[in-house]
Amino acid sequence: MMDPCAHCEQMMQPYLDHVLTDEEKDQAEAHLAECVDCQRRYKFEESLRIYVRKAVTEEMPAELRQKLAALRIPLE
Amino acid sequence: MALAGTVDRMDAEPEEAQRLATEARDRVRFEEDALALSDQVYRVARHLANSREDADELMQETYARAFRSWRSFTPGTNMRAWLLRILTNLNIDRGRRQQRAPQMQPLEANDYFLYDRLAENGDGVSDEDKVVERLSQDDIVTALSVVPHDFRDVLVLVDLGDFSYADAAQILDIPVGTVMSRLHRGRRILKRELAESALEEAT
Repeated sequence: MMDPCAHCEQMMQPYLDHVLTDEEKDQAEAHLAECVDCQRRYKFEESLRIYVRKAVTEEMPAELRQKLAALRIPLE
Repeated sequence: MALAGTVDRMDAEPEEAQRLATEARDRVRFEEDALALSDQVYRVARHLANSREDADELMQETYARAFRSWRSFTPGTNMRAWLLRILTNLNIDRGRRQQRAPQMQPLEANDYFLYDRLAENGDGVSDEDKVVERLSQDDIVTALSVVPHDFRDVLVLVDLGDFSYADAAQILDIPVGTVMSRLHRGRRILKRELAESALEEAT
């Protein structure tokens, strides 16, 4: 039998990606309900994803928007 | 019979005009839809490319090609994925990808090390939202740019672009299993880079 925290760690990425089966999800949640350490780490991973996305998001420059619009093929 | 022939010809011209008008309308709609998606495409393209300048050029090449080959887009399918498929192909074809030395460092054995490391340095503060704020924006942008292309492409499409594994697989023309393994590895490389920058700042 695998260490429950190690097992929980393996489940983390697929859990956060919502690709676990219902059974696997129940297993992960049962362990999370009683393990504060794993709970913290899941929560951290979730915050990290949101934080990374915010940190690297750059808006498209206005000049580029104009350049793209200028590439349209004119109607004859 | 001469009369019937004349009538046919008269009917044919409005039909042709009608066809052209419909096509023009479809094309204009396609162009408008594609342009409306450009912000979302750019957010992903910016990190598929190596620099802002590259992203700028790639976007223009992608849209030029999309406008030329609009007929090959099937209405009702995912246009954002279609545009990004053009873009990733151009990115690969153009040889813009700087080849970096392969990653020789072993990956950390577990997925928790970044949290453990940040929490360690944290004067007992263990609120997960605050822990994450120990990373600076610059560190994150730099760390992402260091992830090698094969892994970064998948990471950027799924984690920034919100594409499903299946969409990412189609865009990059690789199997879904490869998407999953590259995503897993890409996320770990990113976290390793972040852990290293956090450690440098702490010392």
